[in-house]
Amino acid sequence: MSFVSRGFTGRRRAVPAGRLPPGQYDVGDGFPVLSAGPTPYTSLDRWDFRVRGQVDEERRWSWAEFQKLPRESVVVDVHCVTSWSKLDTRWEGVSVDTLLADVVTAAEFVVAFSDGGYTTNLPLADVTDGQAWVVDNYDGRPLAPEHGGPARLLVPHLYLWKSAKWVRGLELTVEDEPGFWESFGYHNYGDPWREQRYAGD
Amino acid sequence: MTDPDDAVARRLDANAAAGPLAELFTVDLTVAMATCAGCGNTAPLAAHPLYAHAPALVIRCPKCAAVVLRYASGGGRLRLDLRGARLLTVTLDGAAAHGLSPVQ
Repeated sequence: MSFVSRGFTGRRRAVPAGRLPPGQYDVGDGFPVLSAGPTPYTSLDRWDFRVRGQVDEERRWSWAEFQKLPRESVVVDVHCVTSWSKLDTRWEGVSVDTLLADVVTAAEFVVAFSDGGYTTNLPLADVTDGQAWVVDNYDGRPLAPEHGGPARLLVPHLYLWKSAKWVRGLELTVEDEPGFWESFGYHNYGDPWREQRYAGD
Repeated sequence: MTDPDDAVARRLDANAAAGPLAELFTVDLTVAMATCAGCGNTAPLAAHPLYAHAPALVIRCPKCAAVVLRYASGGGRLRLDLRGARLLTVTLDGAAAHGLSPVQ
C-alpha cells in the first residue's frame, strides 16, 4: 500500500490546544467550497426570509427589511464533516433569536430551507439563545454565492452542513424531519466534539 | 380468490433478490438510462451533472436539477439513495443470446 498524503496545505499553523474536534484538521487560510448542487443566484429583490410552519403567524422579511434588523458580529470556528475546520471565521448577520422573537409556537424542531431545495433539521433549542445567525457578510464582505450568499445559516457548534447555504427561511415543526444529509445516513444532530458524522456515531 | 397460503409462499425473503441485484451492480451504471422521479426526463446517467465536492456524490437531473442519485462511502459503509430515480434501465450485452430481446 502506498502512503497517501492529505495534500499540500502550505505551512501548518500551530493549532491552540482544544480548538480542533476529534478527527479534524486546520484548513488554514483556505475555505473549501462543498456543494451538492448548482449555486443559485437569487437576486436581492426576489429574496426574502420566512419563518413558517408551527407559528402563530408567518413572518417574512424582504432583503431591505432584513438589512434593517439589529446586526451582530461573531468570530467562530467552523467544522465540516469532511474533516476540515476553519478557525476564527468572522461573520455578520442577524441572530435567529431576533427572527424568532415574539413567535408563539409549540414546535421543538426547525427545518432550515434553502434556494435549490436543500434542507437541514435542528432542535429549536440549538438555534436560540445566541447559538445561530443568518449571516450575509463574511470577513468584512458580502457573503459570496459559493459560500452561501446572499445569506446562510450559521450554527457553529454543529457540523457545517447544518449551516445551510442560500437559506430562505426556517420551518418550525413539532416532529423532527430529517433534512438533505440527515436522510442520507448522516447524523441527525451532528456534534463535532462527539464526532457525530454518521447515524449511529 | 387468493389463497392466503399461496400469498405467503409467493412473498420471498429479499435474500432471493441478491442474484438479480448482483447483475445490476456489476455493470457500469453510468451507461444506464436514468428516469428522473421528479420530471420524468430520461438520459444516460453519464450525461447527468455530478456534484462530487460534497459529503456524497450527488447526481442531478440534467433537465430539472432534482437529485436523481446519491452515493457515498464513509464510516465503513456504502450508501446509495435512488429515491430520485423512477427507473434505471441497463441494456445487457448479449441480451438476445439470453432470449431477452423483445418479441419481433
